[in-house]
Amino acid sequence: MSVNDKIVSDLVANKVEFVTTVPCKQLAGVIDKIDACEDIYHIPSNKEDEGMGLCAGAFMGGKRPAIIMQNTAIGVTINTLVTLTQYYRMPLPMLISYRGELGEPVACQVEMAVHTKALLAQLNIPTYHFHHEDDVNEFDAILKHTFMCNKPVAILTDASFWKGY
Amino acid sequence: MLDDQSTNFYMLGTMGLASSIGLGLALSQKQKVISIDGDGSVLTNFGTLPTIANNVADNFILLIIDNGSYGSTGDQPTYAGKKTSLTAVATACGCDNVVECQAEDAVQVVQAAIDSNKMTIIVCKCESGNVKVPVIQMDPVVIRDRFMTELSKRNS
Repeated sequence: MSVNDKIVSDLVANKVEFVTTVPCKQLAGVIDKIDACEDIYHIPSNKEDEGMGLCAGAFMGGKRPAIIMQNTAIGVTINTLVTLTQYYRMPLPMLISYRGELGEPVACQVEMAVHTKALLAQLNIPTYHFHHEDDVNEFDAILKHTFMCNKPVAILTDASFWKGY
Repeated sequence: MLDDQSTNFYMLGTMGLASSIGLGLALSQKQKVISIDGDGSVLTNFGTLPTIANNVADNFILLIIDNGSYGSTGDQPTYAGKKTSLTAVATACGCDNVVECQAEDAVQVVQAAIDSNKMTIIVCKCESGNVKVPVIQMDPVVIRDRFMTELSKRNS
């Protein structure tokens, strides 16, 4: 099973039915699969904090949400993570492309990469880092953990994991 | 004035996201959802209007109280009170039922939107200024739990 298929299949198995996405080249394949998945309502967002608002609403409406975005979004969404997702204690798996790591061709991406883990740590957000393809096998447990503890949880996925930029 | 009730969900911060939360909620369950937002807040999260237009939920009403000012921060003017028309913007974004009204007609227009069973964006023009109301002191987890419990009861 491809990494993209595994991610979508784990989302479905964990009853994640509402997924919002802000695109990244590394995430293009998984976003296509989510869009094609009949068990998931895919709602693209224009900005990641907007997406987190949509996810908060979906959760309160009884649907398990998830957001897929780039790590640059951590810079955009700190206020939302703190005053909405964490303050109201809502679960939110965040599948994040970790741009600016080994193999990155765009220098500017490194500028946010160096802050990504520090910011997540400062926010007390449980953070997992997928570097090898096999790391995807932990995705199912991470989803269960997220909905058990009602927290935003970050899954950083770098270029090595995606087999290139 | 609307009284406190268990079907109210209060945003204590996160300016701009009321419409996004409301849309996510409307798309995920059957009850009717009214998001009450301000013009300044919609300007903060302009990306919400195309998302609303392209993900139609006929149980969703966005009521924008457009007083042309940032009411909670000292009534500084917004661009919606100048050359920018939120009604025109919502229409240009692809929203199908966009209604502009004056404050005195708001009740009737909201009732008509509820009765229409169509997703509606209402831009209610009014004067700036705040009624004296206390800060909400309920804990966010209590607000959320009370709201979800009531919603789940009504949807079952």
